[in-house]
Amino acid sequence: MKAICFYFQIHQPFRLKTYRFFNIGNDHYYYDDFANDEIITRIAHRSYLPANQMLLDMINSSNKEFKVAFSISGTALEQLEQYVPEFIESMKELAATGCVEFLSETYAHSLASLKEPEEFVEQVKAHDEKIYQLFGQHPTVFRNTELIYSDDIASMVASMGFKAAITDGAKHILGWKSPNYVYNSASAPNLKLLLKNSKMSDDISFRFSNSEWDAYPLTADKYMDWIANLPQEEQIINLFMNYETFGELQSRETGIFEFMKALPRFAAERGITFWTPSETVAKLKPVGELAVPFPISWADEARDTSAWLGNDLQNEAFNKLYSVAERVHLCSDRRLKQDWNYLQSSDHFFYMSTKHMNDGAVHSHYSPYESPFQAFMNYMNVLSDFIVRVEEQYPLSIENEELNSLLTTIKNQSKEIEQLNREITLLRTNIINSEEEEVKAADGKDAATEKPAKKATTRKTTRTTTTKTKE
Amino acid sequence: MFGWEFPPHILGGLGTASHGLTKGMAENGNMEITFVIPKPWGDEDHDFANIIGANSTPVVWRDVNWDYVQNRIGNVMNPQTYFDLRDHIYADFNYMRTNDLGCIEFSGRYPDNLLEEINNYSIVAGVIARTVPCDIIHSHDWLTYPAGIHAKQVTGKPLVVHVHATDFDRSRGNVNPVVYGIECDGFNNADHIITVSELTRRTVIEKYGQDPNKVTTVHNAVEPLSEEIRSIKMPRGKEKVVTFLGRITMQKGPEYFVEAASMVLHKTHNIRFVMAGSGDMMEKMIRLAADRDIADRFHFTGFLKGRQVYEMLAASDVYIMPSVSEPFGISPLEAMQMGVPSIISKQSGCAEILENVIKVDYWDTHAIADAIYALTHYPALHNHLKDNGLAEIDTIQWKKAGAKVIDIYNNVINSRR
Repeated sequence: MKAICFYFQIHQPFRLKTYRFFNIGNDHYYYDDFANDEIITRIAHRSYLPANQMLLDMINSSNKEFKVAFSISGTALEQLEQYVPEFIESMKELAATGCVEFLSETYAHSLASLKEPEEFVEQVKAHDEKIYQLFGQHPTVFRNTELIYSDDIASMVASMGFKAAITDGAKHILGWKSPNYVYNSASAPNLKLLLKNSKMSDDISFRFSNSEWDAYPLTADKYMDWIANLPQEEQIINLFMNYETFGELQSRETGIFEFMKALPRFAAERGITFWTPSETVAKLKPVGELAVPFPISWADEARDTSAWLGNDLQNEAFNKLYSVAERVHLCSDRRLKQDWNYLQSSDHFFYMSTKHMNDGAVHSHYSPYESPFQAFMNYMNVLSDFIVRVEEQYPLSIENEELNSLLTTIKNQSKEIEQLNREITLLRTNIINSEEEEVKAADGKDAATEKPAKKATTRKTTRTTTTKTKE
Repeated sequence: MFGWEFPPHILGGLGTASHGLTKGMAENGNMEITFVIPKPWGDEDHDFANIIGANSTPVVWRDVNWDYVQNRIGNVMNPQTYFDLRDHIYADFNYMRTNDLGCIEFSGRYPDNLLEEINNYSIVAGVIARTVPCDIIHSHDWLTYPAGIHAKQVTGKPLVVHVHATDFDRSRGNVNPVVYGIECDGFNNADHIITVSELTRRTVIEKYGQDPNKVTTVHNAVEPLSEEIRSIKMPRGKEKVVTFLGRITMQKGPEYFVEAASMVLHKTHNIRFVMAGSGDMMEKMIRLAADRDIADRFHFTGFLKGRQVYEMLAASDVYIMPSVSEPFGISPLEAMQMGVPSIISKQSGCAEILENVIKVDYWDTHAIADAIYALTHYPALHNHLKDNGLAEIDTIQWKKAGAKVIDIYNNVINSRR
């Protein structure tokens, strides 16, 4: 018995507009609405929407045997809600079949897991909340930005209560081992790991239409043969890819949709089933531990984080951004929080990559900038303005700790005020009650002497409250 | 080879490039190079090329003895060469104004009677071509095309012309018909055309109607700096310095630099701007800077040469070259060697090969200003470009360019056989 676990990633960042340094301090809107609208609409119509329809057909025609998982970033969802609302509807329809699982990730597709544990947890919560709002599911399997994973991240993910995490089957981690098993994390033994089968995934997402490839043309029949011919013990084949594979990376004319549609039939012939990630981890036991001391990802040949944090420009921007993390946590300004989220998208750092500048291929393909330097300059200008805004809220001259203690005092005071207010209302009701009782029960003279006395005490409490607030 | 300038007495980038290329070719070995220039000064580098001065090549027979020649031109040329050349005078040039040695005088510069000088140079080329045996003739820039054509007619050897600039670059499109004519003539008669950038290559193909197969790009390179120059340290204040270095002419786009500077200065104050060089637009630029009310932070140094150039670079944080049309532009490479990050226009040839520079459109003063701001305010960017620029520049060598030229020679010679 073998099973295939499909998972598709959908992510779009909020691309920044050309933001010159003269705008710093004057213009607080950073996004290129036109480009964002244009790109998401184009991709949705070419890829996401037809692919959704395809999946729906597959699920229905296979009698709900066909199952998939999605990981959709919060920034992508926001853009889709705004520009392509029909996609959200079609996704809801897919979700209603019960054959679709949604995975957890960071809201902004950020790199917070490498730097700010608190921020990371917050973003994951925000994302899962959004998924629940839209699709009514609480994700139980975690997938980090670009499959970035390490032992440290595993511990954080496990402590948030996730059963499993998804990452890449990087050669330098696996060595002789096969990705076609379930593993568990060395640092958090209860966290199971699903590893991407790079070869089989890339056969679809990158090589499918390459006529120079010796396996060209790839048919569903042939593909399922490959899977069926894998060693008996290897039970789970994890096929993880960008959702753009369908219709964008591999255009409709290549026959990618027909290839996918044929998969369930040929799978059924060979007794291969489809599982969602949570099903997989429920059904299979881990065969061994995987230790990953340094972060891995699914990007480039090196499978590390150098695509985002590989040069000094990226590191500078990254460190500058998170240097205000604590401050932003203290803020409550909604727009500031929103920009904070959007600025963390890993894409901004990806654009600054100077790897293979000459043959640039992947990096420049996705970048809206002409060069990594322009990407850096633009981002830093935006970030400078953002930091100015954070400073306006809380001047940088005050130490974080000092600020923190001040804020706690303020918070405590407001709690105190609340408490005192409650006391007042309690006392007031007491007075009213006693008045009523007095009116009912007794003669006028006694009541007249008691009344002012109680009122005076009330006033006193109010006065102490105000003085405390001032302190 | 026919050239117009040769270091150390140079007026522009042409001399540096001709010298570097010749040296690079010599390093590849198995080459015997004769380099003709209008007026040698005697302190040129003779190690890799035999230098002949057009002003010491006789076109009229004069009965002079060895000692007299040795005395007169011994510092620039071997007297034996003089006598060899004298044996090959091919026509009666007595009507020309010649000196006591029967030679025509040259200024070696760009005088008002430049066309006359070019013509004289071509007459001299006839004598040299008859004297010095060669396999190939190589002409640098339009001034020497007539000489190259003449030599080709005399010897029947293939001619390669090297385009360091075209008149379209120098004039922003308003070409001088005479110069254009000479250029066209050179291109049409050449067996192969070498351009210093793809940009120039396209100009030669599109504006001069040349066959694309005949035109090849060989990008310029730069010679490693001596230890002495690299160790130049200049006193630095707290303020950042942004430098423009070059002729202040229409071609170099100086006004875009002034406009960008004024934008930057309206936002920040710890930057000074320097415009080094001279040219016909200098006064206009001084007025423009005053007009923008930034004259207190915008400085003009006048023409710099030799070591001064490197001292200026050593004192700079950012180098800028907003050229409207630059066939190659060697100066950003020199800035890189000195560890100064550059902002260059996309309309310059060197943008085709340089990676660790910031490229902008020359007319996009907002982008230029933004790049200046970024380089002076984000140290990570400055350091990145500085360090990676130094590493990059080490890989751009004249030897490689020389090898490419030799390949072209071989192809041209072989295709004739």
